[in-house]
Amino acid sequence: MDPLLFKAILVVAVFGITLIVALYSTFGERKIAAVMQDRVGPNRAGPFGLLQPLADGIKMFMKQELIPSVSNKWLFIVGPCIAMLTACMTGVVIPWGGSLTFGDQVFELQIADLNIGILYLFGVVSLGVYGIMIGGWASNNKFSLIGAIRASSQMISYEIAMGMAIIALVMSTGTLSLKEIVMQQDAGLANIVYQPLGFLIFLVCAFAETNRAPFDLPECETELIGGYHTEYSSLKLGFYLFAEYINMFISSAVIVSFYFGGYNFPFQHELGLDGNLLTIVQTLVFFGKIFCFVFFFMWVRWTIPRFRYDQLMHLGWKVLLPLALFNIFATGMVMWGMGKL
Amino acid sequence: MLTNRSKQVVKKEMTIMEKAYLPAIFSGMLITFKHIFMKKATVRYPEQVREFAPVYRGQHVLKRDEAGAERCTACGLCAVACPAEAITMVADERKKGEENLYREEKYASTYEINMLRCIFCGLCEEACPKEAIFLTDRIVPSTFERNEFVYGKDKLVEPIDQRVDVTKRQTPAVLEFKKDKKHKHNRTFLDKVLKPSNKH
Repeated sequence: MDPLLFKAILVVAVFGITLIVALYSTFGERKIAAVMQDRVGPNRAGPFGLLQPLADGIKMFMKQELIPSVSNKWLFIVGPCIAMLTACMTGVVIPWGGSLTFGDQVFELQIADLNIGILYLFGVVSLGVYGIMIGGWASNNKFSLIGAIRASSQMISYEIAMGMAIIALVMSTGTLSLKEIVMQQDAGLANIVYQPLGFLIFLVCAFAETNRAPFDLPECETELIGGYHTEYSSLKLGFYLFAEYINMFISSAVIVSFYFGGYNFPFQHELGLDGNLLTIVQTLVFFGKIFCFVFFFMWVRWTIPRFRYDQLMHLGWKVLLPLALFNIFATGMVMWGMGKL
Repeated sequence: MLTNRSKQVVKKEMTIMEKAYLPAIFSGMLITFKHIFMKKATVRYPEQVREFAPVYRGQHVLKRDEAGAERCTACGLCAVACPAEAITMVADERKKGEENLYREEKYASTYEINMLRCIFCGLCEEACPKEAIFLTDRIVPSTFERNEFVYGKDKLVEPIDQRVDVTKRQTPAVLEFKKDKKHKHNRTFLDKVLKPSNKH
C-alpha cells in the first residue's frame, strides 16, 4: 500500500472516530447526568435511546438559522468554523496505537509524528480561543462579549499553568514528541508516577481549557444566558457545542498519552500476541483509557458547582502557577540529585 | 424572630483542608458516584403506570343507567358547583320514543367540560343528584391543540358496551341509597316497564 494512501485512510478514520465519539459523548453526558441525579435519561429514540444523538443532530439541522442583523456576518460564520477546525486539528499528533505491518511495510498509527508534537498541540489549543472570541465579538451582544472575554482571559491564564506543568514533563522525559513520550512509558513506568503534581495541574487546566464545569464561565447559563453562543442557532450552535465534546475527547487522549502510558498496558509483551493483533488491542486499551477520562470529565461536571470569576482567577494565577513553578523546581532538584542532568 | 430556624452567620476563615478544595471535591464526587447505583425515581410512563389511589380523581364520565339510558338530566348543579367554571351544558326535552336513550324527561343535548380549566376537585360529582357524573382513574391524554381539551358528550358519556367502573368512588352509603327504588330517580327504564308506577 502506498504510505500516502494509508495516511489518508488514517486521517479519515481519526476524523470519523473523533466525530462519532463526540456524538456519543453528548448522549453519554445526558445519561451520566441522569443516573447521578437518580433519573433514567434519554431512552426513547432507538434501543436504550441509542439513536438520541442522531435525533439531536437532525434537530440541530432543522432549526431556523438566525444571523443577527447587527452582527458582523462574516466573522459570525467564521467563529464556529474555527472552533470546530481547531478541535479536530489536535488529533493529528496523538499516537493512536503502535504500528501495523502489511507484508514488509510498516505503518504507524499516528498521523504525524512531529518532533515538536507538544508545541504543535499547544499552538492549536491556543488558537481555539479565537473561535470563541470571534464568535462572541461578532454577535454584537453584551452577554456574548462578556462570555468571550471571560473565555479568552480564562484560557490564557490556564494555558500558562498548563505549559509549566508540561515543562516539568518535558524535563523528565527529555522529548517533545508524543510518540517518544508514549514509547518511554512502555519501557518504564507511566509518567503519573514521576509527575503526580504535574498531572494534577494539567488535569485542572484541561478542565479550564475545554470550558467544562467547574470552569464553564464562558457559557455560564445562569449569568450570561449562553455566553459566547447566546446569538447562535441551528448548526452553528451545534458546531460550538460539538467542538466542546471533541476537545474533551482530545484532551482525554492527551492526558492519557502524557501521564497514563498512552496505548501501553501492563504486561503487554508477555501476552505473546502477534504484532498487528497487539496493535489492535493497544488501540482498544487506549480508547478504554480515554473513555475513563471522558467519564471523569462528566462526573466532575455533575458534581461540582461553577467557580466564581475571582475564584477562577485566584486559582489560576495564585495557586496553579506557583505550584507549577514549584513542580519544575522540584523536578529539576530530583533529576540533579539522581545525576540525570 | 418569627421562626426558630434562623441561623447566625459565622464568617470564619477556611481551614487549609477547605482551601485546598480537593478533599471536598472528592467527597462530593463519591456522593454522586454512589447515586449511579441508587434506585431511580423515574416512572417510565406509558409502559409503567404509577399506582393510583382508589379514590383518584381523573377524567370524568357521564354514566348511563343499567338499561343504557343517560342519567344526566341537565339540572346544571354540577356547573354551579364547579369552582373552575369548566362545565357548560344545553338542556333539551326528551321526545317520544327516546325513553331508552334518556332516563328523565329532560336531558343534556350538549355537555362540555374544559379539561384545561378543570381542577379535578370532584365537586361536580358531589353536587350531582342523579349519580350521573363521576371522576374516574383515567388520565386526560395530552394533545397539541387547545380546543381538543374541550370534551363533549362523545368523549364523556360512557359507551353502552364499555361501562366505566366507578365503584371505587362510590361510598357504601351511596351504593345503599341507589338500591332504594322508592325514589323515582333510582328506578331504571326496565323497572318502570316491569313494575309500572307504584305511587307513594
